[in-house]
Amino acid sequence: MVEKFSHDIAIVGAGAAGLRAAIAAATFSDKLSIGLLSKVYPMRSHTVSAEGGTAAVLKDYDSMDLHALDTIKGSDYLADQDAVELFVREAPSEVIQLEHWGCPWSREEGGKLAARAFGGMSVKRTLFAADKTGFHLLHTLLQHSLKYPSIVRYDEWFVLSLAVEGGAVKGLVALDLRTSELAFVSASAVIVATGGAGRIYQFTTNGVIKTGDGMAIAYRAGVPLKDMEFVQFHPTALPGTGILITEASRGEGGYLKNKDGERFLSRYTPEKMELGPRDILSRALVQEIREGRGFEGPFGAYLLLDLRHLGEEVIDSRLPFVRELALNYAKIDPVNEPIPVRPAQHYTMGGIHTDVNGRTPLPGVYSCGEAACVTINGANRLGSNSLSECLVFGRRAGQDAASFALSRREKGHNPGGDRPVSSKQYVSLAEEGMNSLLKKEGGQERLAEIREGLQSLMETKVGIFRESKGLREALREIRELKGRLLSAKVDDRGRTFNMELVHAFELDFMLDVAEAVAHSALTREESRGAHFRTDFPRRDDTSFLVHQLSYHTPQGPRLEKLAVNLTRWQPTERKY
Amino acid sequence: MFVLDALNYASDWLDGSLAFRWSCRMGVCGSCGALVNGTPRLTCAAPIPETGEKVVIEPLHNFPVQKDLVVDIGDFMEKLGRVEPWIIRERERALEEGEYLQKPEQLQRYEQFGACINCMLCYAACPVFAADREFIGPAAAALGYRYNLDSRDEGAKERLDLLTRDAGAFDCTFVGECSTVCPKNVDPALALQRIKIDAALTSLKSITRRGK
Repeated sequence: MVEKFSHDIAIVGAGAAGLRAAIAAATFSDKLSIGLLSKVYPMRSHTVSAEGGTAAVLKDYDSMDLHALDTIKGSDYLADQDAVELFVREAPSEVIQLEHWGCPWSREEGGKLAARAFGGMSVKRTLFAADKTGFHLLHTLLQHSLKYPSIVRYDEWFVLSLAVEGGAVKGLVALDLRTSELAFVSASAVIVATGGAGRIYQFTTNGVIKTGDGMAIAYRAGVPLKDMEFVQFHPTALPGTGILITEASRGEGGYLKNKDGERFLSRYTPEKMELGPRDILSRALVQEIREGRGFEGPFGAYLLLDLRHLGEEVIDSRLPFVRELALNYAKIDPVNEPIPVRPAQHYTMGGIHTDVNGRTPLPGVYSCGEAACVTINGANRLGSNSLSECLVFGRRAGQDAASFALSRREKGHNPGGDRPVSSKQYVSLAEEGMNSLLKKEGGQERLAEIREGLQSLMETKVGIFRESKGLREALREIRELKGRLLSAKVDDRGRTFNMELVHAFELDFMLDVAEAVAHSALTREESRGAHFRTDFPRRDDTSFLVHQLSYHTPQGPRLEKLAVNLTRWQPTERKY
Repeated sequence: MFVLDALNYASDWLDGSLAFRWSCRMGVCGSCGALVNGTPRLTCAAPIPETGEKVVIEPLHNFPVQKDLVVDIGDFMEKLGRVEPWIIRERERALEEGEYLQKPEQLQRYEQFGACINCMLCYAACPVFAADREFIGPAAAALGYRYNLDSRDEGAKERLDLLTRDAGAFDCTFVGECSTVCPKNVDPALALQRIKIDAALTSLKSITRRGK
């Protein structure tokens, strides 16, 4: 007997975007019932690892236009300018909202919110809570959400698919990790807020849960993914582990240095130096290493992030987490020694195609946060815009979904919509997939082998520098890996916390997302933002000032182009 | 090499049925707690000794084990909500009025109590919780106390009542193990003692007021 649950709105993912959406829906109307599903307890969501801050115009010296221009220029002119204008207008009140809910923002002497410098931002506009901004935002949102009895949490539930009938979403199929029982959750609206897909890469700052589940689920349900070729590499992660060393360490005045002790960015971003945008800085680090000015270490080549001149007091008050991370994971005290760093995958600019209300082309399906692509980030996201994005578009998606679900009720639909006739079909399809893994005899390869195969090919062929030959190979190899996954070996035949089963589903999702990334990277024959093609090293506004939408087909992604919305800023050459 | 790396090696290459929670592997998501050689630790931050000694890894004490290192934290989640961890005010400030002013020294009063990552190592170390699972426990008490110290909050009285009800702060015997094992240098033992003092002062005040 399959368990059945019913809500007006089902939210998948309980990080900053999912929680913000849930609270927005709960405050929109207390009549609505909201199901909040996540494969982890909310405070484990990857928002927790965001360090540097949240961008919003709250200072007299700043302006909406300046934040918009910085963001658009940062995006290499691929951001939709109407979305950016709306985003910068709404970000300040979201930061204030979080302040009213108790977020422990760092303060100026007089008690106002303190702002710090960040890459690509022309003034100090990044609000922060020491260097644990994501941690504090996430916990504040979770704690505040506990006020609302209409938010029903399904902690450690893994969503497998969306149910679509008659051209609209009817709910979803989810797996309860405690028992491996499948359930159908019917809902008028589903908000996908599952974050990015960093784990398709070998070196990533992302936690292990960032496997692109929601992107793959929406994609398979017919929702297009947008601009998937744009993958952000953060210039400063610890070698080996990929642990993030926040951009705030450069915002507070840290230097990047090569083997000769030189602040090499003078040759790449002479005006902004360490506060250039991430795409250009990451390429600069790789270039320095290629030209022999890096250090060799047990985990490959690296450069140095020097904070010593900031002094212990600044490091302890502004960057305590950086010191803790460097001490624990690199055995380096940044007060006395520079930190070894290298670029690592950090953020998925692409994602589920939505408008500014979080709506996707499939009625009832919404998305927000890193899982979504509105897009304010275009070809390269500016640091500290992503937490603001989770808040602004999390709220908008939550409110729009709430109003959509209420109108469904008023039209006489049951709360939670109508259970589709096909709900059994959706569940049995998922059951089949699960049983084929659990009851399979034999099996050959270990999941880890296939996963590492994917991560290593993405790193080498779909990484910071790309070219046609490698991308074609990558696509062929991804398809091979899909075949190999079908005959993979699963040790765990049990039903209680069968994490191997979850990892098999995740890997299946990762392969679809990776295919969309490699495919879009191959068709975009230009270099823009984080997407750098060595065979097409220039930006080409004539042919490629467009978004690429990927639609799922059994043969692989099918592409459509979509015009970029330009309002007041014409594309010009991008220099820092 | 950390204990978590060893667990991952085992599940990737030796036995995929091994169950344990982890995500950020940088000591902030709080999911990977376990007993390492008898001490509650984050496995992502517990180094494996290079000398090659045996490392014993067990699930956190004082929680029902679901499988291998996965323990049931449903009761803990319920306790977090019980202390009303949100800003309580008579009148909510409008967004247009901007932020509440809070000076750095006011932030500092509660900052450390807000650094808890909900890893539950303190519950695994707490002898009071071991004897009585109803005990509100170190992390939930520290969280409630964090809001009581926040200059934006007006709910201290209400929360003190919640924190000192049956199996509340007064059951704490001040062993202090919770603070010793905390990987984030939160001092929940201090929070619990201060809650007792604040509650005692509040009831004293109400008695003297009644006397007048």
